[in-house]
Amino acid sequence: MAKVTFNEAICKACGLCVEACPKKLLVIDKSRVNAKGYNVATIPEDKQSECVGCASCAVMCPDCVITVTR
Amino acid sequence: MEKVVFQKSNMLTDAPLHFCPGCSHGIANRLIAECMEELNIDKKNIVGIAPVGCAVFNYNYFDVDMIEAAHGRAPAVATGLKRVLGNDKFVFVYQGDGDLASIGAAEIIHAAARCENISVVFINNGIYGMTGGQMAPTSLLGQKSTTSQKGRDIGRNGYPVKMSEMLAQLDGATYIERVSTHDAANVRKAKQAIKTAFKCQLENKGFSMIEVLSACPTNWGLTPVKAMEHIKNDVIPYYPLGVFADRRNEK
Ligand SMILES: Cc1ncc(C[n+]2csc(CCOP(=O)(O)OP(=O)(O)O)c2C)c(N)n1
Ligand code: SF4
Ligand code: SF4
Repeated sequence: MAKVTFNEAICKACGLCVEACPKKLLVIDKSRVNAKGYNVATIPEDKQSECVGCASCAVMCPDCVITVTR
Repeated sequence: MEKVVFQKSNMLTDAPLHFCPGCSHGIANRLIAECMEELNIDKKNIVGIAPVGCAVFNYNYFDVDMIEAAHGRAPAVATGLKRVLGNDKFVFVYQGDGDLASIGAAEIIHAAARCENISVVFINNGIYGMTGGQMAPTSLLGQKSTTSQKGRDIGRNGYPVKMSEMLAQLDGATYIERVSTHDAANVRKAKQAIKTAFKCQLENKGFSMIEVLSACPTNWGLTPVKAMEHIKNDVIPYYPLGVFADRRNEK
C-alpha cells in the first residue's frame, strides 16, 4: 500500500500538492497550524488507502514536505 | 518491503526554505539537487554559484560548496572557477531573470559565446521578486508590476526579452531548453532537461542553460494555484517550451 507522510513543521499550505493529486485525496487541514502559523496539508485517514503512490504531490511541493513510500 | 518512491535529496540541507508559499524557486532547488544526486556527482566536487535575488540564500540549502556572486555576475564567477579548478569540478549557476537578463545580460551572453563548460539554471518568473515586484526585462506585455502599474506598455517599456531564443543563436551555446513548473508532468520534464544540461558539462561539451518558467505568487498577486494556471495560460504562449539549441554532436 502506498503511504504519504508530511513533515508538517515546514508546510506552507500553498495547496500545490492538493491540486496535483490525480485522485484528489489531499486537503489543507484548516483546524491545525504549525509553528510558522500555516495550516498543514494532509490526507484524511479514510482516504489513505486510495493513494496510488504516483508522488505527483511530492513532485509539486516546493518545500520537500512530502515523502512517499510503496 | 517498503520502497521509497519519493524523498528529499541528500544534496539538500535540512534548512527550511525562506521562499514564499508556492514559489517555484523551491521546486527548482530540489530538481538541481536530485539531478546531481542521480548523476552520482561527488559532493566534494560541486560548486554552486548563487545569484542576487530571492535565491540569494541558496548557499544555505545545497549541501555543497557555494559562492554568492555580485548581481548578474554568476556566469563570470563560474567561468573563473571552472577554468582554475578544471573539469574535475562541477560548477552550476543559478540565476533569476532580473539577475540574468537585466544587470547580468553581458555576462551570460559572453559565457555562452565562449562556450564555457558550465550549467546555468535560469529562473524566469517575469518579475523582480526580492525587491518587491518591479518589472523585469522578461515581464509580459500588459503585466502589472510596481514599476508598470497600468501594465507593461510597448511604447514606454519595449518588448520582453526571450533569452533562450537569443542565446541559442550563439555557436558557443551547446544546449538550451525552456521548461515549466506549472504541473507535475512539466516538473518531471524540467528535471530531465536539467539532467541533460548537467551531463553536457560532465562530458566537457560546454555551455548549457535551462530556462525554468516559474511562479512568483506573492508579486503576481495570485494564489499559488492561480499562479501556476497563469504560467500555463499566459506565460507559455509568449515563452514557448522546447529545445532551442542542441549542438552536443558538434562539440
Ligand atoms: C548591483 C545591485 N543592483 C541592484 C540590486 C537590487 N536587487 C536585488 S535583487 C534584484 C532583482 C532580483 O530579481 P530576479 O533576478 O528576477 O530574482 P527573483 O528575486 O525574482 O528571484 C535587484 C534589482 C542589488 N542587490 N545589487
Ligand atoms: S505543496 Fe508542500 S508546502 Fe504546499 S501545501 Fe502541499 S505539503 Fe504544504
Ligand atoms: S517574492 Fe516571489 S520569487 Fe521571491 S520567494 Fe516570494 S514568491 Fe518566490
